[in-house]
Amino acid sequence: MKVLVCISNVPDTTTKVRFVEGDTKLDTAGVQWVINPWDELSLTRALELKDDPSSGVKSVTVAHVGTAASEPTIRKALAIGADEGIRINAEPGDAWYVSCQLAEVIRKEQFDIILCGIESSDHNGSMTGGMIAEFLGIPSVSAVSSIKIENGSPVLTREIDGGREIVTVPLPFVAVVQKGIAKEPRIASMRGIMTARAKPVRVSEPVPAEALARVVVYEKPAPRAACRFVDPENPRQLIELLLNEAKVI
Amino acid sequence: MSVLVYTQNWDGKFKKSSFELVSYGAKVAAMLNTSLTCLTIGTVTDEELKKPGRYGASKIIRVDNSFCHMLDNQVYTDIIAQVAQKEDAKVIIISNNNEGRAVAPRLSVRLKAGMASGVSRLPLSLEPFTVYKRAYSGNAFAHLAINTDIKILTLAQNSFELIETPDNSVTETLDLAVDGSLQKTTVRETQKQAGKLLLTDAEIVVSGGRGMKSPDNWGPLVELADALGAATACSRPVSDEGWRPNEEHTGQTGKVIAPNLYIAVGISGATQHLAGVSSSKYIVAINTDKDAPIFEAAQYGIVGDAMKVLPKLVEAVKELKK
Repeated sequence: MKVLVCISNVPDTTTKVRFVEGDTKLDTAGVQWVINPWDELSLTRALELKDDPSSGVKSVTVAHVGTAASEPTIRKALAIGADEGIRINAEPGDAWYVSCQLAEVIRKEQFDIILCGIESSDHNGSMTGGMIAEFLGIPSVSAVSSIKIENGSPVLTREIDGGREIVTVPLPFVAVVQKGIAKEPRIASMRGIMTARAKPVRVSEPVPAEALARVVVYEKPAPRAACRFVDPENPRQLIELLLNEAKVI
Repeated sequence: MSVLVYTQNWDGKFKKSSFELVSYGAKVAAMLNTSLTCLTIGTVTDEELKKPGRYGASKIIRVDNSFCHMLDNQVYTDIIAQVAQKEDAKVIIISNNNEGRAVAPRLSVRLKAGMASGVSRLPLSLEPFTVYKRAYSGNAFAHLAINTDIKILTLAQNSFELIETPDNSVTETLDLAVDGSLQKTTVRETQKQAGKLLLTDAEIVVSGGRGMKSPDNWGPLVELADALGAATACSRPVSDEGWRPNEEHTGQTGKVIAPNLYIAVGISGATQHLAGVSSSKYIVAINTDKDAPIFEAAQYGIVGDAMKVLPKLVEAVKELKK
């Protein structure tokens, strides 16, 4: 079984988000780029499956749409343990554009399990996994919090609004992965970092595709009013404020 | 042309969030000088089916056949796409919940419709069609222009108020041909959180962090939640430690919620936590550390020991909320 993990690179979560060029672009000065947190968890789970010979998972590949500048993100995934990387050499336009590119790679190379994080922490789109599956006409399961392979067949847990379901689905399929899929993201070992340098990263050119949406401008949330402190000896005042001033209880 | 809202039902019932979606759809339809159609999939009684009519739907469509009783992303996409084409829908609105996020992107590809997720306001302009959506995990909002003929929006929960209107709706049960070979998902087991107020539906949430010190200390927090009719939540370290169940984790990698009131008890307010709660209308913080970042996000705060403060709050709620 061949597993593909689609990875995006995003600003580290502690980044102070600022915009430039008339608030149309993120100010990338000083930004630390990391693997999108959900993609990192997906990769971790894929590697756990590969570590278990009974799963039948033979290889874990990562694919990323980005320019040469984002190559360190792929190297990081290789250092964590992925076998090889594929970089589609293009600026990641919108989700439609990115999904078109990833679907093309999957069509050519025939992966059995495709893992995508449930959203990227920058665009918060939650689109790529579902779009890839529809481009390929294969099943997708969303909000997946567990993947097991039982006798060669995938068994997934998906979160539904108000509970969870254990589902089965035939190969190939896309799993859109959320929290719970792996406990902690796997960290690259020193040996992993050394061997990553020798692992293959194939670069392919993008297929023609358009972007269907574009950001006109970004804005920051309105600043909140300063916190009003209530005497800890008289918490009753807080309830009065919530009742009479905020009117939320 | 029309605007189409996909209103999910839960065991045949709509929720408040369904009607928020309908109210929003009706406003978008008015902006476009057209009418709103609602679609629901599965078994819904005639009486329940009429309800979206009170919030501005002109037509309410029910599709119910043997493929409609569990979510298969491909089957549901096919049904919504068929209805969208039949109704000549130019804007399709879906909830930004688990089911919505499972089908909307597939629908986008199927209809070649540009999509925006986590929309929290009415469209900012029609030409170009521009929406207001969450970005950078709550640290920003984007004005996103969609340049296709058909647009798909997923609406953030609790971001739009209910608007009741005179009911002039008609209902229709549509017999659609569904391609059965699309159904590839098999549900082996369903585990439901029966009888519990869902975090994503709650208008008030009381949440505990590491400052609660021990899982044994949750009693007064739960009591406060009960007194307020609130759901309980927690920060990531708390769910990672197994003090509280995983589904209570709010924050960037957990649930993103936007209640009217979020009470953070013993939560320092790390960026990752705030990413999940920053859209709450009011935030209250209770923390022993007066410099905790949570107080920068909060409108009301108490610097103090939760174990001493919580019981007094419970008492005050019981007394004042009579």
